[in-house]
Amino acid sequence: MQDLPEPGPPELALPNLAARRSRLLGDSSRRGIVLSSTSTVVVLAALVAIFALAPGSAVVRHTFLNPTDMWRSFLGNPRAGYYSVGEAIWLNIRMFLAAEALILILGLVVAVIRLSTGPVLVPLRILATVYVDVARGVPLVLFIFMIGFGAPALRLTVVSDQSAAVYGVAALVLSYSAYVSEVYRAGISAVHRSQVAAARSLGLSQWAALRHVILPQAIRNVIPPLLNDFISLQKDTALVGLLGAIEANKAAEIYGETVFNYSSYVVAAILFLVLTIPLARFTDHLIRRDQARRLAGAGQ
Amino acid sequence: MTDITTDRTGSAEALVIEGLRKSFGAHQVLGGIDLSVAQHEVICLIGASGSGKSTLLRCVNLLERIDAGSIWLGGQLITARGVDENLVRRHVGIVFQSFNLFPHMTVERNVTLAPMKVLGLSRVAATERAAELLGRFGLEEKRADYPDRLSGGQQQRVAIVRALAMRPRLMLLDEVTSALDPELVADVLDVIRELAEGGMTMLIATHEMGFAREVASRVCFLADGQIVEQAPPARLFSEPSDERTRRFLRRITDAGRL
Repeated sequence: MQDLPEPGPPELALPNLAARRSRLLGDSSRRGIVLSSTSTVVVLAALVAIFALAPGSAVVRHTFLNPTDMWRSFLGNPRAGYYSVGEAIWLNIRMFLAAEALILILGLVVAVIRLSTGPVLVPLRILATVYVDVARGVPLVLFIFMIGFGAPALRLTVVSDQSAAVYGVAALVLSYSAYVSEVYRAGISAVHRSQVAAARSLGLSQWAALRHVILPQAIRNVIPPLLNDFISLQKDTALVGLLGAIEANKAAEIYGETVFNYSSYVVAAILFLVLTIPLARFTDHLIRRDQARRLAGAGQ
Repeated sequence: MTDITTDRTGSAEALVIEGLRKSFGAHQVLGGIDLSVAQHEVICLIGASGSGKSTLLRCVNLLERIDAGSIWLGGQLITARGVDENLVRRHVGIVFQSFNLFPHMTVERNVTLAPMKVLGLSRVAATERAAELLGRFGLEEKRADYPDRLSGGQQQRVAIVRALAMRPRLMLLDEVTSALDPELVADVLDVIRELAEGGMTMLIATHEMGFAREVASRVCFLADGQIVEQAPPARLFSEPSDERTRRFLRRITDAGRL
């Protein structure tokens, strides 16, 4: 009975886990590599087979993955009544960059106000708290509608004369700043109180201590979660299309409605991926570097 | 720049504490401390953990708000209402048990930050001041390093230099060797010894009894938020008059720390 074969290694039952484990442990053994690549190929092949053998496969491939339509929608043709998805993505990028800059500032201001002490700032603190609660509770789409249709209806100068993209950015900033302020707030709270004591004991004012000692450390701590929020911000610029701004998703929609082929949506999706994947990889890289640094620090 | 500690009374007292009380919630930590420290005096505060040594030092630096009593620094009442605590702190350096260096700044930047931002020194002047102090304590090669590259002893010496760069009149040292590996303690004690020889007025909370005996002009034994006994080290360590002091010293001796 002692000669019972070893129970099947769990790696066989859960190939993905094995692959992940070999990566985590830095296990570069041949067996690990063979096992993980085999399992990846098998899984992918199965998915492709399911897709290809589905009863409606041909229709779906024609409607969503038609290379000719993908290329046409990418280039656009105003005379045929549709815009270029490839060009429209630039509006997403511009909206993203503008919103990001404003969110970084507004989020920080809100976080600092919420963490401030002292009786003078009580009204501001209440305002900031209410803002964060409201902005996080209201769906982004509603913000976009409220600002995009509400601001023009006010018939004010300047406020009511902006383009859909500007209203969209305003809505994005309003919604995202609330989340980002919470990220900042967590980062600031995570800086040890002894750092405040050290800074203040040298005669630095509360503001100088915040500016030179606390915030630099806090911001370093929260870069990965901030980037994470910005990955989702990049995608959410597509919602501004609801106001009629010709961004990638809207251009794809117009193509679909004009030509009755939805390959344009896949083009838009690919373009969004081209934007978000580098940012996601970069975020992972930062997190790994941060972990390595922490381990080195703890090893002292 | 106004110098609030201008010694108007001409008194030799660098620091006078009267009836100082401090509680955290219902827990009284300091129950009426009276202590006066002359210029150039080195006072060692000894006592069990929790006896209030650290809190006393933090009160002198105004890092804790006191409940009652008064503190004079060079003849100026610093616990009065409306005193600018940032002005007071320019003259009182404090060094903590856990170093508390700024981890995101190089050694040099740690030392130059306060002279530049608080005293308004130019970068050149502050860097010069930092270089001189770092050189004096054998840290010139660490100038461009970040704190996490330094040993505990080096970090603590940088923390002392950082406080000294403000040219304080009084230094508060809060168990500065307690977080160090035994072999690193000596370097830090050497620095403090040098400061004492240079005439720096110091208030030192410590568990290093041998060191206290050597550098202190006076040793104060704290228990239950009171200064139970204070005397020159020779007398306090050899013939303590209070029973609590005797018991504390006996425990220390039994532990081989004296």
